[in-house]
Amino acid sequence: MGTLMEDVIDWGGEIFGREHMETIKACVQCGKCTGVCPSGRITALRTRKIFQMVQQDMREEIYNSPELWFCSTCYTCYERCPKGVKTTDLIRVIRNVASKDGYMHLQHKMVSLYVIKTGHTVPVNLDVAHMREELSKNVYPIDAIAPTVQRIPGIADKAGYPELADKPEQMEQLRTIFKETGHAKFVGFNWDKMDLDVSDEEMEAAGLKKKA
Amino acid sequence: MGEYLGTYAYFLGCITPNRYPGIEAATKKIFKEFGVETKEMEGAACCPAPGAFGSLDLHTWLPIAARNIAIAEEMDLEIYVTCNGCYGSLQEADHLMKEHPKVKEEANRILGKIGREYKGTSKINHSIVLFHDLIGLDRIKERVKIPMDGVNVAEHYGCHFLKPSEVRGQGSSETPHQIKDLVEAVGAKAVDYKDMLMCCGAGGGVRSYDAYTSLDWTRQKIVNAMNVGADCMVHPCAFCHLQLDRGQSEIAKALGVTNMLPIIFFSQFIGLAMGFNEKEVGLDIQKTKIPDKIRDKFNSG
Ligand code: SF4
Ligand code: SF4
Repeated sequence: MGTLMEDVIDWGGEIFGREHMETIKACVQCGKCTGVCPSGRITALRTRKIFQMVQQDMREEIYNSPELWFCSTCYTCYERCPKGVKTTDLIRVIRNVASKDGYMHLQHKMVSLYVIKTGHTVPVNLDVAHMREELSKNVYPIDAIAPTVQRIPGIADKAGYPELADKPEQMEQLRTIFKETGHAKFVGFNWDKMDLDVSDEEMEAAGLKKKA
Repeated sequence: MGEYLGTYAYFLGCITPNRYPGIEAATKKIFKEFGVETKEMEGAACCPAPGAFGSLDLHTWLPIAARNIAIAEEMDLEIYVTCNGCYGSLQEADHLMKEHPKVKEEANRILGKIGREYKGTSKINHSIVLFHDLIGLDRIKERVKIPMDGVNVAEHYGCHFLKPSEVRGQGSSETPHQIKDLVEAVGAKAVDYKDMLMCCGAGGGVRSYDAYTSLDWTRQKIVNAMNVGADCMVHPCAFCHLQLDRGQSEIAKALGVTNMLPIIFFSQFIGLAMGFNEKEVGLDIQKTKIPDKIRDKFNSG
């Protein structure tokens, strides 16, 4: 394992190009990013400090700081940094590296869980199917279940539209991607259980109900 | 029906079809009114969210976005979206694969395993840009039946439609004009308010991480708009809509207040001005309702 900065440049470099990530070296700690940050007004996030912590290789501290996860990726600081530091993209990559090293919050693993299981972060449900039925009459024809991945076995039957059942091969394509990139392992997804490898107690501690 | 202006693949994402399908039905309807045809993208997935999913694993985010774009390429159509998150992901992935041949190569190595390929031939359009530039303000003005004069609109652009501006290419992220132009074309007045460009507070996984913080952020935005006498907020993003509409109802409940700021997706707002009532543009099924000022126009007309 190299320094945190090297990890950030390597991981993010393969997506954004290394020069994009290396802009972190140009950060002069002026604090403008912190000054314009809407999150920083109500949370402990100090954007400038995030980059300082990377520059000083404070891996443990940054992985354990809740502030890292209070950035809404609004790109205000990105637009305004006087030194051209690609701030928001760096924050996303720092979070990737933390996640990869096992510092991923359960709330965020749930985002992955839904996509791996259903193809959507927010999948369809019966209420929505009925809402869509109404809209189809009142506004414009749309199917009760949109023809996207929507891997929720049985829902088309329950909604009364068996012909709108999902095509499992679409979900298979996505799962192939998850396996190929190693993402499923990364979040602790168990293919046999088709669920995260977490206990109900851990779910409760994070304020989550087990429902997926 | 207007003259035929083209056919586009509609990338739906998650929030639009699965939480606010009124946005989907109304956008298709109003597009059709102006001669823009829509085709469905069969088997499209989550974009996946640029902030939330992108914060976890960009190396998986990219091939999933590439697969989504490939579906439209197979249809030989350009894409339109009704969510800034979808726009952010697809437009950014497209940009990165065009900028960096190696990124495209790696995405295609993975897509090869599922029999697909990203070529870079389908432009990713935000629906608001098609309304503004393809349909154009003049055609919209011609179709106004119920002018929105007297209605004060707080613009909310959201983040990923405009920023990063060097990638999005939608002009200045400090002085955006698209919503203002559209609402003024149908007779309403865009009113400036404190921190107009502030994020809705839901992005980047903040809402799932800490709902309280996220809603407190949203509350500030809504209060700022109410303080200048806005009658409603008009925006181009299904994800912001979830936060501003449903999130606002959670805030109102927690604070014990009943007064809420109506939140309206831009195509539904234009639909109202074209004389379709709230039910006919699918605004009757959301938490916040249309402003009384607009309802009165329908009742007196
Ligand atoms: S604005 Fe730019 S240079 Fe200044 S502290 Fe933030 S990232 Fe560093
Ligand atoms: S992108 Fe994140 S760190 Fe930058 S201003 Fe927005 S919330 Fe703050």
